Amino acid sequence: MKCQSCSNEATVHLTSIIDGQKTEKHLCSVCAEQQHAIQHQELNLPAILHNLIGQHVGQLTDELARLTCPACGMGYMEFRAEGRLGCPHDYSVFRAGLEPLLQRIHRSERHVGKTPRHRARHARQEADLLALRQQLKHAIEEEAYEEAARLRDLLRIKEASDESGQPESY
Amino acid sequence: MNLDSLSRTSGEWLRGTGPESDIVISGRIRLARNLAAFPFTNRANAYQKTEIEALLRDRIGKLELDPRLEYINLVNLSTIDRQFLVERQLISRELASADGPRGVALMDKETVSLMVNEEDHLRLQVMRSGFALDEAWQDIDRVDDLLEQRVSYAFHEDFGYLTACPTNVGTGMRASVMLHLPALVWTKQIEKVFRALQKINLAVRGLYGEGSRPAGDFYQISNQVTLGKSETTILGEIRDVIPQIISYERQAREALLREGRQALQDKISRAKGTLSSATMMTSEETMDLLSSVRLGVNLRLLDDINISTLNELFIHTQPAHLQKLMGASLDGEERNAARAQYLRTRLREGDANPN
Repeated sequence: MKCQSCSNEATVHLTSIIDGQKTEKHLCSVCAEQQHAIQHQELNLPAILHNLIGQHVGQLTDELARLTCPACGMGYMEFRAEGRLGCPHDYSVFRAGLEPLLQRIHRSERHVGKTPRHRARHARQEADLLALRQQLKHAIEEEAYEEAARLRDLLRIKEASDESGQPESY
Repeated sequence: MNLDSLSRTSGEWLRGTGPESDIVISGRIRLARNLAAFPFTNRANAYQKTEIEALLRDRIGKLELDPRLEYINLVNLSTIDRQFLVERQLISRELASADGPRGVALMDKETVSLMVNEEDHLRLQVMRSGFALDEAWQDIDRVDDLLEQRVSYAFHEDFGYLTACPTNVGTGMRASVMLHLPALVWTKQIEKVFRALQKINLAVRGLYGEGSRPAGDFYQISNQVTLGKSETTILGEIRDVIPQIISYERQAREALLREGRQALQDKISRAKGTLSSATMMTSEETMDLLSSVRLGVNLRLLDDINISTLNELFIHTQPAHLQKLMGASLDGEERNAARAQYLRTRLREGDANPN
């Protein structure tokens, strides 16, 4: 096929649909460049990440879309939109959606390397504390101060009782 | 800590000592860590951020480090002082411009900085002049160990250290080496080097990190992958590739000397001429010209400027440093005039005291 602007071989084929009107263009690379037919996009990391997150959930999307973290209240779709997780517990809750993503970003889904030697609490206990902390936050926002005081005391007791011999752990 | 007294020195990363320091400026390692029982910074409200800051500040204060760390509350700091810390690479641009309670703990040698309430609750950073990533790792590993005894980090058996962004999860480690590569830029080979690095999953960034332009021909090479490779493996991959880049840069320098010595000498002398006589200088032009002069000194085409003076000028002519040195807040035009005057004075001193 020949380029529409000159007689060289067309190597760029563009189809655009605007308001239901389909138009086709066939250009050689020089004319395409001159007519700005190819948009050189800048490298946009958040957009790429967003794309990756979207691509790799596939059919799981429906199930994932309904997921909400019980600890921080973040929904899976919210994570997809923002590209940032809400709390550490999200990694467990959104695991099915995260693993393919991690595979794409890092070509791996398992940590190798340094591991903390001191761990005061199980992940479950940490998630409970976090959930309690979020409840406290909502109580304060809603000016439910009695409830807030109750939650604050509960949080303190739980933190203290979990610490079993590690007074400085938090 | 007296930031004004810091402003008169060049800081750790531009100290200009250490192995291969004509090309390798500095090495830096950053670890991302979060508290297990709190939402990530972006999801925490002001009250929770205050709690996180108070907790980390307290624990950091108890670390048995020598010399001790000093904590700076960034909310109370002026915009110029925050920008000043960014220019010295002690805090990130994100932390400088973020909202809400946040701070940084610094060691007075400026090798260690712990950022609180960045994108992650804690970003530990160690910086070393020259090519010394292993020493940087030993330092940061130790600080991390000490902190881990006092706070409960968010860690998952399978995913490692948990971070707000999944691109940092696993080791949470970003190691980078800052290189001065003027000859590769001039001989237009730098793109080729970048493409080769990208193939092996290493990122290339400008002087002030993501999105910044490579002012003064300074480039940071860092790892992309944080999951599935140990810290030692990642550091080894960077350590292996840097000598190759150094050798490309040296070859490009030799080629410039061999094939265009006069043009090179002319470019470098003009750069020095402009720096020592102009009356208005932007920060960008200054960086580009200083880069030429730095290359000239390293190739012994110029012998009347001390390399440490030169390194100092790179940082002293940055907007916030300049304003602190002048002791006044200056607008763009005033800065350009003050910068030109400062450069003229410093370069004349250099003429008077050759090394």
